[in-house]
Amino acid sequence: MDTTIKNSNLKSEEYFINMGPQHPATHGVLRLLLTIDGEIIKKVEPDLGYIHRSIEKMCERDSYQQIVHLTDRMDYLSSHINNEAVCLTVEKALQLEIPERVKVIRTIIDELTRIASHCLWWGVMGMDVGALTTYFYGFRDREMINDIFEETCGARLTMNYNIPGGLMFDIHPNFVKRTKEFIAHFKTKLPEYDTLLTGNVIFQKRMKGVGVLTKEDAISFGASGPVGRGSGYSCDVRKYHTYSAYDKVTFNESLKTEGDSFARYQVRIQEMWESMSIIEQLIDNIPEGDVQVATNAVIKLPKGEFYQKVETARGELGVYINSTGTKNPYRVKFRSPGFSNLSLLNHIAVGGKIGDLVASMATLDLVIPDIDR
Amino acid sequence: MGLMKDYKTEVMTNEALQNLINSWTAELEFTEEGSEFLTISVKPEHFHQLMLQLKSNNETNFDYLFCLTGMDWGKELGIIYHLESTTHRHCIVVKVQTEDRENPTIDSVCDIWKTANFHEREIFDFFGIKFNNHPNLKRLFLTDEWEGFPLRKDYVDEINMVIK
Amino acid sequence: MNIALNITTTITEFLSGFMSEGVANIGAMVVIALIYLAIFAVAGLYLVLLERKVAAWFQLRLGPNRVGPWGLLQTMADALKLVSKELTGTVKADKFLYNLAPYFVIVSSLMALAVFPFTKDFQAFDINIGIFFLIAISSIGVIGILLGGWASNNKFALIGAMRSGVQTISYELSVGLSLITMILLTGTLQLSEIIEVQKNGWLIVQGHIPAIIAFMIYMIAGTAETNRAPFDMVEAESELGAGFHTEYSGMKFAYFFLAEFINMFIIAATATTIFFGGWLSPFGITESIPWLGVFWFIGKTFILVFLMMWFRWTFPRLRVDQLLTLEWKYLLPLNLLNIVLMALIVWLGLTIQF
Repeated sequence: MDTTIKNSNLKSEEYFINMGPQHPATHGVLRLLLTIDGEIIKKVEPDLGYIHRSIEKMCERDSYQQIVHLTDRMDYLSSHINNEAVCLTVEKALQLEIPERVKVIRTIIDELTRIASHCLWWGVMGMDVGALTTYFYGFRDREMINDIFEETCGARLTMNYNIPGGLMFDIHPNFVKRTKEFIAHFKTKLPEYDTLLTGNVIFQKRMKGVGVLTKEDAISFGASGPVGRGSGYSCDVRKYHTYSAYDKVTFNESLKTEGDSFARYQVRIQEMWESMSIIEQLIDNIPEGDVQVATNAVIKLPKGEFYQKVETARGELGVYINSTGTKNPYRVKFRSPGFSNLSLLNHIAVGGKIGDLVASMATLDLVIPDIDR
Repeated sequence: MGLMKDYKTEVMTNEALQNLINSWTAELEFTEEGSEFLTISVKPEHFHQLMLQLKSNNETNFDYLFCLTGMDWGKELGIIYHLESTTHRHCIVVKVQTEDRENPTIDSVCDIWKTANFHEREIFDFFGIKFNNHPNLKRLFLTDEWEGFPLRKDYVDEINMVIK
Repeated sequence: MNIALNITTTITEFLSGFMSEGVANIGAMVVIALIYLAIFAVAGLYLVLLERKVAAWFQLRLGPNRVGPWGLLQTMADALKLVSKELTGTVKADKFLYNLAPYFVIVSSLMALAVFPFTKDFQAFDINIGIFFLIAISSIGVIGILLGGWASNNKFALIGAMRSGVQTISYELSVGLSLITMILLTGTLQLSEIIEVQKNGWLIVQGHIPAIIAFMIYMIAGTAETNRAPFDMVEAESELGAGFHTEYSGMKFAYFFLAEFINMFIIAATATTIFFGGWLSPFGITESIPWLGVFWFIGKTFILVFLMMWFRWTFPRLRVDQLLTLEWKYLLPLNLLNIVLMALIVWLGLTIQF
């Protein structure tokens, strides 16, 4: 967007603004150094590390069961999926045969987590753009999911329900009933939210054409999840590197090609519908069986390298474990989706205005502890 | 697995990949043990050339770098690259290592995959590996005054590290 | 009620019982000013409470309900807190301008309240250029905002103040022009006369199509004048902290805050007077009881205030360049066309009279 006046003697100087670590629009402690010329942004430089807790170093001294507890503090909005990633890596290394019941329950809770994360994202998205009421509507629905989790898993946010080998304990008898009630309730609410925010002219003008990301750039920057899919890059890990019970369900991958903020927004709304469809396909047919496979009390992985990808609400999370055969891993690396998504912020925000930066950042759906680990 | 068929096109098997890549340069070590992916170990001198070819060759077309991991193998420092092709959907792993612990230097791949920019800064921050031709090589998470490289195996910090 | 509603003359006569004529006049003005100040300071506080309650009802929660029955004493508590706060200031701020800025804003707001007719003869200052006076006085508020932003010596405050200045100046045009559209129907600028004219039917009915267009433009422009959402880029909390009043605290912040709500009341009151008949009851049902006019006036004003609050809690905010595009490319030409249309209708005698 070139708004300089041609043949003009007006010169303005650039100045620095700090969107500092404490700021209502950066979802977490992220410091952005903006170089601005008037209202146009010239450069965005993120400054990370405010919530760096050296999780990867801690994993080198912890046992494999203890590592699981560290992962849900990374991206706390998809905590169940993070736990599942590590458990799947360990199970792949030990070549355990996981019962069908475990796989189906893991998938259902995965999708509920995804809906909860997108609900919060939607609420905060509206708040960032100025529609302050959406925050409350998003959280109200998220509360229903949190109540379901509290009953079954024991916690609302950091669930730790997965262990290497299966689930910690069986689901609560009310789980199926409450999930069905939630789905029925949410199906009436999502069209309302569409009317409130998606159909609003002011909102569309704030989002269309803002923060455009082409498909080649998305692949080169390593964008995954809804950010990549909004630019036409088909990257759903649930389809290409299937895990748990995703091969039993049919669902569509939400793809849009425009690559602007509105496309990313629509992809996430569509994902919520798809998640509900997946849950509906599985919720009535949970197979009977065990919920755990016996493992040793002290788990030792064979020597080698193991990698597992999962699709969190933010994108592709990768867990790389390098083991030398002892009871602690030699090296653990978490490939976090937010880290790659943040690196493209400079690319899409330059040339736009400050308001555009806020809108683009909201559609990237960054959770800073996920980036900082 | 019926869904998978629609999404995978012309996946090359590990053996086919090995034969193809071996035909470009010699001095590569291939292994498949201990990992589900084909692993190539390459020396730092031929490293950038190999990466460029991996991306630009039409049959391999590795355009998605999905994981960049720094490693400290005790004696050597190195990096592990996980690559995937978005058109053919095959994956490969490239390892490069150097024995120089005082001043380790590897070529940067920022010009090939833009995602490497932040990842290489992170590796510089935690392992001290310097990258040639990196546009902005500074510490990323830790403050600029921090001394030492925490993720190395010989890093000692009596105050902050809790050792069991 | 045996107290005559013409308060100015009543108080002047009362005071001239024990003072000379000239002093009694001045005394009367001082007394009325103090009464208005007291009433509207409190009214401003209760408008804040109303906003919080309305916001809460939209967001599916209860508003403040602990302090006093239904939270009625909440803003009293807030006012006490604000008064007792430490007045901070930055070291490099321009002291004189920094302290002066809030006064511009609050004084211009309170001055504009003087001209409103609450019911027949109940008006503090019935000047023959009523509308002109209103628009002129509300323009002075911009100076306060710009001074506050500049004198704070803070980048965020400065950006906020500049945005606000540009926004207010642009939308004043629309406000003025839409009011002029209605003046074509009344033929007079004096507010009490305007209400007399509306005894033949409220102006929004008399003017039908152009009056409805003028009303819609007026509401949009009025919301933008007071820097309220969806035009609150100025104080966009998600972006810039708090805009031009970042560096103010305590009583000075209270002035800015209160002035925003009183401005909202003024916009609504002006719309009530010009478009909806002021203190007149619909179809003249209570015309024989003049003091009920106060309740009609307040009721109509509060409906419009509620409408403005409704806007705030529903719509996202416009980006600053979209805001200015809206004014200069859409509202201004529409306004000018509307004036021509209204002039045609008046000339051809097509107004609806009862």
